[in-house]
Amino acid sequence: MSELIRNGVRIDDSFAEAFPMSGTGILITGPNAKWARQAAETMTGFATSVIGCGCEAAIDCEVPPEETPDGRPGVRALLFAMSSKDAEKQLVNRLGQCVLTCPGSAVYSTVKGEFEIKVGDAVRQFGDKWQMSKVVDGRRFWRVPVMDGEFFCEAKVGLTKKSVGGGNLLVMGADWDSTMRATEAGVAAVRAVPDAIAPFPGGIVRSGSKVGSQYKGMGASTNDAYCPTLRGVTNSALDADIGCVLEIVIDGLTDAAVSAAMRAGLKAIIDMGPENGAKRIGAGNYGGKLGPFHYHLKDLLP
Amino acid sequence: MKPFVFTLRQEPAQRVDLSALSPDRIAGRAAAEIEKIEIGTTKAAIKVGDVFGVSVGDPGVVRFEGGSSRFDLVGAKLLPDHSVHVDGDVGAQLGRLAKGGRITVTGSAGAYAASGNAGALIEIGGNVGDFLAAPLAGELGGMSGGRVIVRGNAGARAGDRLRRGVIVIEGDAGEDLGSRLIAGSIVVLGAAKGRIGYLNRRGTIVLANARDLGPTYIDCGAHILTFAGLFARSLRTDSPRAAAVLSRKLRRYGGDTAVYGKGEILTPA
Repeated sequence: MSELIRNGVRIDDSFAEAFPMSGTGILITGPNAKWARQAAETMTGFATSVIGCGCEAAIDCEVPPEETPDGRPGVRALLFAMSSKDAEKQLVNRLGQCVLTCPGSAVYSTVKGEFEIKVGDAVRQFGDKWQMSKVVDGRRFWRVPVMDGEFFCEAKVGLTKKSVGGGNLLVMGADWDSTMRATEAGVAAVRAVPDAIAPFPGGIVRSGSKVGSQYKGMGASTNDAYCPTLRGVTNSALDADIGCVLEIVIDGLTDAAVSAAMRAGLKAIIDMGPENGAKRIGAGNYGGKLGPFHYHLKDLLP
Repeated sequence: MKPFVFTLRQEPAQRVDLSALSPDRIAGRAAAEIEKIEIGTTKAAIKVGDVFGVSVGDPGVVRFEGGSSRFDLVGAKLLPDHSVHVDGDVGAQLGRLAKGGRITVTGSAGAYAASGNAGALIEIGGNVGDFLAAPLAGELGGMSGGRVIVRGNAGARAGDRLRRGVIVIEGDAGEDLGSRLIAGSIVVLGAAKGRIGYLNRRGTIVLANARDLGPTYIDCGAHILTFAGLFARSLRTDSPRAAAVLSRKLRRYGGDTAVYGKGEILTPA
């Protein structure tokens, strides 16, 4: 693999291979920033990977009170799934169990898309005929009486099928501490990019997978080529100076958001340099035959 | 492009029906042709040219320079993205069955203004007559969308059978405000009298000045409503005073319990 070097960090001549996804999201507001965030965190919990969670979701950004529809502090959460049906099912379930239940919360549409998901129209019946509909500036909302007042929820939210899931960066360093330092900097930069999320714990996944397994019936298993403890005994992709690999996985509402997030993450990791941070950056792919979106690292370098 | 202007020559001797001068109906027609349109409502014939000087322009922006309380059906069936402006008063049924667009009247309007409005923003600088946004006799539902802002006072039965949309009355409201409300929202900043919200089913009436509401509205306590915060923001440009009322903690009276009773009257707590 021919290598590029930026600020002493080796960059693989590789690419991240990503897939089309259905993307949606909601803006959650609360009486204060703490409770707006609580609702969003609960709703995006257990949503790291579509494989086991049904969707990938995370907080995109905080929205200041002056930019929310009701003038309260808000948090924007994005949710991605493999089909619009899955996205709808996951969003409606999570909204009903995690946001409706969260004290003080209200929900608004925040994604402009070609399709709409009925969310308020789904949870309104919780109001047992006490719910009230209000149309304000052409948008329909539901007021559902709950024990702390009213749950206020927009009837429909947008959904786009132009979303992209699976943008990624493999951050490789000498040990856990230095690799984590670089990866955390990368995640912070990725999270600052609008319309993109990193759904794994803290934005980071340590159990990257390969397709297939030696066991029957397992579709994915540990990516042994990137496991440092197997460096000598498997067909390893790691060099002698790599002792830890962490991955940032990125989902975005648009192709542009994913590439902007990867670009920002790359820059942050490279800026830290190899002494305290990462020695090498790679990207995960399946040979380019599965996903239509290819993000070549060499095109995204600072 | 300059607006399409109708300049008042003299006030007509009879009521005139100006629905024929709505933007879509004058588009592409020459001034001479428009001047020949019959607008009388009695046996005596009267044409547009007898009342107005016509200056052809963009039919999407129609201006009446000079008004009269005999001008009925101004802006009737107005379509989205069109506007009608009247410098002066208008008669009955202003913006009747309008689908969208914007109507502004600097003076006062007669009865049944915004009747059957489905989406237009109608602003009346002066007072408005009885039955604001109400259905005509025989119709089942009142206004079904859009927004009406009245800077002055409104007559009796304002918002009768309102179905959807917003009415803001910055002055006083006459007898029986919001009678037979189906849904929708009405805000009154001045005084209101009579049986407010009589037979209200699911509508919201906001009164800046609290008053006795009779036994069929039940006090549900004072609350900070998220909905009111959003509604206030939406009203900020059209009526800052209405927005200020909605930004406060509100006392909710549920009713009218004489009927379906899922509506409400909100007053500052």
